[in-house]
Parts: sequence; structure tokens; C-alpha cells
Amino acid sequence: MSGHDHGDDGVSRRKVLECMTWAGTGVLWTITGGVPRSLGIIDSAQAATAATPGMTFLQISDSHVGFDKPANPNALGTLEEAVNKINAMPVKPSFMIHTGDITHLSKAAEFDNADRIISQSKLDVHYVPGEHDFLDEEVKFYRERYGRGTKGQGWYSFDAGGVHFIGLVNVVDLKAGGLGNLGAEQLAWLEDDLRGKSKSTPVVLFAHIPLWTVYPEWGWGTEDGGRALEYVKGFGSVTVLNGHIHQVMQKVEGNVTFHTARSTAFPQPAPGAAASPGPMKVEDAKLRSMLGVASVNFKQNEQRLAIIDTPLQG
Amino acid sequence: MKTLNRRDFGVDFGLTLAAAILLPVTTARADDTNLEIHIDNFTFQPAELSIKVGTTVTWTNRDDIPHTVVSAGKFRSKTLDTDDKFSFTFTNAGDYKYFCSLHPHMTGMIKVE
Repeated sequence: MSGHDHGDDGVSRRKVLECMTWAGTGVLWTITGGVPRSLGIIDSAQAATAATPGMTFLQISDSHVGFDKPANPNALGTLEEAVNKINAMPVKPSFMIHTGDITHLSKAAEFDNADRIISQSKLDVHYVPGEHDFLDEEVKFYRERYGRGTKGQGWYSFDAGGVHFIGLVNVVDLKAGGLGNLGAEQLAWLEDDLRGKSKSTPVVLFAHIPLWTVYPEWGWGTEDGGRALEYVKGFGSVTVLNGHIHQVMQKVEGNVTFHTARSTAFPQPAPGAAASPGPMKVEDAKLRSMLGVASVNFKQNEQRLAIIDTPLQG
Repeated sequence: MKTLNRRDFGVDFGLTLAAAILLPVTTARADDTNLEIHIDNFTFQPAELSIKVGTTVTWTNRDDIPHTVVSAGKFRSKTLDTDDKFSFTFTNAGDYKYFCSLHPHMTGMIKVE
């Protein structure tokens, strides 16, 4: 199947090598069904990145620039590895989204370092903040850099390749004992933003904390995320992309596909698998298999966007 | 600050006695008016603490992730990185619920009598 996708000219040696390299480094699965970890992986990789028309964009998350604890003493270094990986992709993605926790402590130097590395991808990057990006005294560094043209605490929408993208902020004004929070003002804006949109428009919602309830005991969910999902109920294709939990997790519910991306900095334990959701120290050799980026491919007339999670290694 | 328990007291008795003689009364009573809460594994330990008016409570973050200590309208720490501390002296009786504004599932209570 993949051979045919390359056309009558056959597959060039260079192309084969590119595809093999990609497949060798990627753990792949699509959201349209389980793809076996075999030759099928290579085929899927080609289908989604090299040979398939349509738009591909990337998601990176939780780069935590400034983090230097045992779980990863060089978070800036692994971010750079992720960017190098992006630059080596056979097909240049249209743009990138970053689902927050760009920095670890919201220091100006951390934002500067993150930008210096991420800009090496030469891609447009659409950001939403994580709770780690709003830690400076005046809560201004993130907004100065990425808040231009956004509403409220930094939410916004844009259109690309026929898809409507909505960046939401759910890390502000959190209530004791609660989860992530969107708030009434943002929800009203969201309802208004979607008003009048054709129900056949594919919608991508992205935010830092999962909009769905992953594990409330660790705060992994959004208090009023259900309200946001009500507004997109009538749409034929909805994809929700989040970060925060530093691991891949997915769920499909009707027309809505939920997906969380790996961190580029450090892994966190599976829900309930440790005493706390804190950084998980793994063997050095294993670390890069637990960090990575996600690439998302949208094909016209397909309900679900194909998501491929690629670790930095392994 | 180290809190003495019975066992320590036995071992350190001589030293403690010497200190008690040499130091002014306020310092000798320090253990009654200064209490500590550790932030470990995304929990405040102890999660509930009963104290007397005038007590100073010091929170220490021992996680690899920053936390805050916030009691709405009462006190609010800066972001505490690993090993950072925040102290607050309770001058009024009452129940003080507090939480981490970054990880709101982390909650605690100080009861001041």
C-alpha cells in the first residue's frame, strides 16, 4: 500500500531511508484504530507524514526549560533534541502548537532559552500557557511574549487548512480542591467563537491541562471542561490536544478524540502508579523513550485526525 | 528547625539543659511557637495542624516541582521552588484553609486557638 502512494516512479533510496529512519524512531498509533507495532508502523508513518496529502501540524508540550532535577538535569538539551527531530522530518509541518509549561519557573532567561531553541524549527508556533508559565511576580513574561492578539488570559482561535483551532487557558484562578479552570468569561467567548461555524468544520481544541477528567486525585482534569465540550457537540470532527501529564493518553468518545502529548523534559507516572504526579526518575537509557513530540495529520473528508506520537528515542 | 521528641530529649538532655540555661526564655520556648509543615509528594504534611495564637508556621517545599501556599484573603506565598520556605505568624484565632494555587488538589488546614 505505501509503495503505491509514492507513485509510478517507485520509491527512491533516499525516501526509503527517510521513512525507515522515521519508523525506527517512532512509536506510532492512529486514532482511527490500533495500528500494530510492525511493518504496519512504517506504512502508517509514510501514510501520515510523507505520502499523504493534507495538512500536518505538530504538538510539543511541557518543555519545562529551567528544570534541572535528577529526572532530567538538562531539559533545554532534550528540547533541542526534539527540535532537531522536527527539523529532520521528511515533510515540513505547517506549524506547531505548544501546549504549555514552556518554562519551569517563568524566569525571563527560561523564556529566552526556550524561544532560542524552538525558533530553530522555523515554524509558526501557537502557544497556550501552563501553570509554570504564570509564576513571575507580575505574571507578564508569558503575556509579553505570546499574549499579543489574544483575549482574556491568553485564549484565541485561528483557521488553518480548513480546520478551526482554539487555544484555551485552564491554568488560571484555580479553586482549592478543584481541577483546571476555564471560567465563565472564556466559556462565553468560546460559545461565541463557534457560533455560525459550519458543523462540518473540523475543530481542534488545545489547552494545557486535559479538558477531560484523566485522574482527579492528581488534579488531572478541568472543572468546567465539560461545558467547553458541550459547545462542540454538534461538530462532526473534534480533536482535543492537551499536555500537563507528561505521557501519551487517548480516548475517543463519539465525535471527539482526546489526546495528551509527551513532555520534552521529564516523564510523569501513570495515574496512581506513584505516591505523587511528580517528575519520574527513570534509567538514563530509558529517558528519551519517554519524551517526545506528536504530529497530527488532517485529511479532508476524514472525521478523525491521525496522531502520531514520536519519542526522542526508542 | 528541629523539633524535639521524647527520644531526642533523652539523648540530648545534657545539651538541651545547657542551652536552656544559657538562652533567653523566648528562645527556649521556640519549639512551641514555631511549627513546620513539609510539602512532600504533592501533599502538605501534616495536612491539618492545631496551633495557638502567635505561632509561626513554616512551609518547606521538598518536591522537585514548585508549589505555593495560599489561604484566600489571609496569606499567599511566592512560588516555592525546591527547598524554598514560607513562614506566616497566626495572630488571630480561626480555621485557615489553604491550598497550592498551582495544584489545587493539594489542600491543608491550620486551626488556631
